[in-house]
Amino acid sequence: MNGEAERTVAFTVNGSPWRGTVEVRQSLADVLREAVGLTGTHLGCEHGVCGACTVLVDGRPVRSCLMLAVQADGAQILTVEGLAPGPDQLHPLQEAFWNHHALQCGFCTPGMLMTAWALLQEHPQPTRAEIQTWLSGNICRCTGYQNIVEAVEEAAVRMAGEGGRA
Amino acid sequence: MKPAPFRYAAPRTLDEALAVLSQHGAEAKVLAGGQSLVPLLNLRLARPELVVDINRVAGLDAVRHEDGWVEIGALVRQWDAERDPLVRSQVPLLAQALGYVAHPQIRARGTLCGSVAHADPAAEIPLVLTTLGGEVVAARAGGSRTLPAEAFFLDLFTTALASDELVTAIRLPAGGFQGTAFCEFSPREGDFALVAVAVALRWDAGGRIQEARVGVSGVGPTARRVVEAEAALAGEEKSRSAAQRAGEAVAAAVHASGDVHASAEYRRHLARVLTERAVVQAMAIGGEGVDAQ
Repeated sequence: MNGEAERTVAFTVNGSPWRGTVEVRQSLADVLREAVGLTGTHLGCEHGVCGACTVLVDGRPVRSCLMLAVQADGAQILTVEGLAPGPDQLHPLQEAFWNHHALQCGFCTPGMLMTAWALLQEHPQPTRAEIQTWLSGNICRCTGYQNIVEAVEEAAVRMAGEGGRA
Repeated sequence: MKPAPFRYAAPRTLDEALAVLSQHGAEAKVLAGGQSLVPLLNLRLARPELVVDINRVAGLDAVRHEDGWVEIGALVRQWDAERDPLVRSQVPLLAQALGYVAHPQIRARGTLCGSVAHADPAAEIPLVLTTLGGEVVAARAGGSRTLPAEAFFLDLFTTALASDELVTAIRLPAGGFQGTAFCEFSPREGDFALVAVAVALRWDAGGRIQEARVGVSGVGPTARRVVEAEAALAGEEKSRSAAQRAGEAVAAAVHASGDVHASAEYRRHLARVLTERAVVQAMAIGGEGVDAQ
């Protein structure tokens, strides 16, 4: 086995199947943005520090700059584009971010939302400390974080009221 | 695209993976969780010709309890180990340490064996392995060997692993300690620690410490046990003063060197304070608590 430079991969993104040939050195983030065309996933540092590229892979938050696209073969992927229940609608997390002014430039927001989504899956009623710990892997240079934490708190309350819809 | 070009192999069996490494090990890098390797690829600090992705290899993702050991396979994610009932009950020190490993997004992919093979001097898992006297199982085509942690970690990012070998599991002694604690200090939550301390204590029915393990990282090229601090605790009643003596023993025994992150003096200070704190926490776990003095 001398290895390949390209591979065909197939995965599901936001419920839709995608299949294509990728260079083995392409990150999942690059393939999502450039091949699949979903540019909501943002790339900041591209070496696993900033968290902007966080997506859900098989239900878990993952830094998509630290995962090769070939490794996502067969996976279920959720990106920020898949959060809202439909066009012209927002996910409760997105609405809470809006209400609380939890973003300014918006660059980190997709990663924040996906991480918060994973947190609420595991801890539907998180403490403030849990929110802070989970979001510590996502860097924001605008907000000072307080409004992001408050937005996640509000979303948790709203989602619990809606029977935990995620 | 960040990484330099490489070729990619994704073996399905351990034999296949070991065959690839026996032929191409010198120019290959093994990819498991990728949370250390992929940053190095993206920064082009590593430029392997071949990446051997073991994620599809069957049989490496189990946590097993046998013969007094908890064995954790090469594909067990830190995220899973952190939540594993066997790990939590039999190796609580590891569960405590895993909460300090980077962030949930990193632990969702990162493996314990990958962290051990990478041998970052500030990493938590090598410290736990060293403190508890754990072992590393290294396989190559045609056989495998088991190395004690202290023989595996040689230097900064340097291990005894040969280029044709694969870490297939780590092994940690099951149970044996009533009280364990892990303490570290890092400037920001989730960063690598400046200094980390792991403590495990076993005491008799009267509360007298029979055996102590004290390990420290951030004050040398690898994590290490500090036998002077262990000796300071053995035979003592659980007390804050005993914890203080353990901290002083660590500060006296380590040879910290300063760097851009922290001076030698500050690292030594952290080693003392964190040891004292971890020993106090380990004493309190198990119900009897620590007397005020």
